Amino acid sequence: MPGVILRVDGLVAGYGGPPVLRDVTFDLQESERIGVLGPNGGGKSTLFRVLLGEIEPYAGSISGVRRFGYVPQTERSRLDYPVTALDVALMGSLSSRPWWLPLRRSDRVRALAALERVGLRELADTQFGELSGGQRQRVLVARALVQDSPVLLLDEPFSGVDVPSAELLTSLLDELSHESRGLLIATHDVEQASSWDRVLCLNRRGVAFGRPDDVLTIDVLEETYGGSIVTLPGREAGILPPHHHEH
Amino acid sequence: MHALLHPWSEAFMQRALLELVLLGTVGGIVGCWVLFYELAYSAESLAHALFPGLVAAALLGLPLLAGGAAGVAAAAVGIALVRRVPLLGGDASVAVVITTLFGLGVLLALRPATPPGLNALLFGDLLGVTREDIVSSAVLAVAAGVALVALHRPLLLVGFDRTTSQAFGAQPLLVDLALLGLIAVAIVIGVRALGNLLVLALLVGPAATARLLVRRMTSLMALAAVVALAASVGGLYLSYYASIAAGASVAVVTVSTYVAVLAVRAAFTPTRKEVGGYP
Repeated sequence: MPGVILRVDGLVAGYGGPPVLRDVTFDLQESERIGVLGPNGGGKSTLFRVLLGEIEPYAGSISGVRRFGYVPQTERSRLDYPVTALDVALMGSLSSRPWWLPLRRSDRVRALAALERVGLRELADTQFGELSGGQRQRVLVARALVQDSPVLLLDEPFSGVDVPSAELLTSLLDELSHESRGLLIATHDVEQASSWDRVLCLNRRGVAFGRPDDVLTIDVLEETYGGSIVTLPGREAGILPPHHHEH
Repeated sequence: MHALLHPWSEAFMQRALLELVLLGTVGGIVGCWVLFYELAYSAESLAHALFPGLVAAALLGLPLLAGGAAGVAAAAVGIALVRRVPLLGGDASVAVVITTLFGLGVLLALRPATPPGLNALLFGDLLGVTREDIVSSAVLAVAAGVALVALHRPLLLVGFDRTTSQAFGAQPLLVDLALLGLIAVAIVIGVRALGNLLVLALLVGPAATARLLVRRMTSLMALAAVVALAASVGGLYLSYYASIAAGASVAVVTVSTYVAVLAVRAAFTPTRKEVGGYP
């Protein structure tokens, strides 16, 4: 299919023991945003770790892009660490050339451009730990932009982000997808996932994949979350009660 | 002025200062990574791991420096590998490796063939540092400096977020091994001067002091090296005029500097109530 930049077929993965994720098949096209939907422990992070090459799949194939821009959950970052927003953005340049070479002016230019892109150029010299949750998330997006890959993996990017930052982040993701990048966005928020181009539902296996209107049915959501689903009046898709679990 | 300059007319004081300049520069910079990788306990254990290495070297007729380096390197690799054993925490893995190595050292040391004089390497002999010691330390310091520059980017990345650092091109295990190797080199540089019981003072103290004052890694490293040098000079003055052990004097001044900066900082830092509280 023209425009496909990543294809995963029959993926089975685990951490040495029984598989924790199986039967995952999907493809990602240029300029596409795919919501990776599922409960905590459903396999979203495992899928990302396989794509990033941190764990080898037990079975299945991955073809297309193998170098990804990655935006991890912001809670994992240390707030007491002596780095500025610019330092963090510069970390994205490590994989682009040998690790033992010191930073070059061109690395700084790229990192500053990425910070500009996420609206944080003025805060480049601010300590990472002093930024708000939303600003930290945008710095991590800037770092992924410095990695300069056609595919971005975003792990719960809206978790712990205030409303104005979430709106900024949403429009930023829209812009990035319009630049022919493909985005895989892990979330457990059904309503959010329904606004993206396609949805991959995971619950320890690939439950469904397709356009939100086709995929986000009560049956699929029950299978994805394995819990009770409530339906809001006037909507066809099921909406889950808010999820408060953390990783 | 005479009292300030007089100590430096002595050759042994000049050699002691040169040795401390090398140790303070490397120790201050490596100490910043030790702090942010939370490896102070591992570093102390590595220092203790020198002892069996030194004993083995003495028994085999090898240079003591090489023996110490081998002992520390064995412990560094052992800790990095054993800490990856599931259900065995970082502290326990360090204890397992160090007690094993130390036990081995004691077994070797109890042999009748063990030469005398190893106590100096336990407690250091700063004023007895020779020209050859300084040359050895200088070679190690240059090697450590090159490694610190080369490893700066991976070290910064893994320290920031170890769990995801692989996605950005770093190998956490290799970075850990390299850092423990750097700590080992800093300890080997310092063991002749301060002994493996006191060398930690210059490895952790200056970095901890700098952390109270600046908030960016490169600034921290520069300030830590300056603090180490200042504490070294202060410690040598104290030793010279109070006629007390030089290594211990440097250690005491280093730790006192930290306490003094901490107190001054606390006195001038507004409390939450004074600034209206955090939102």
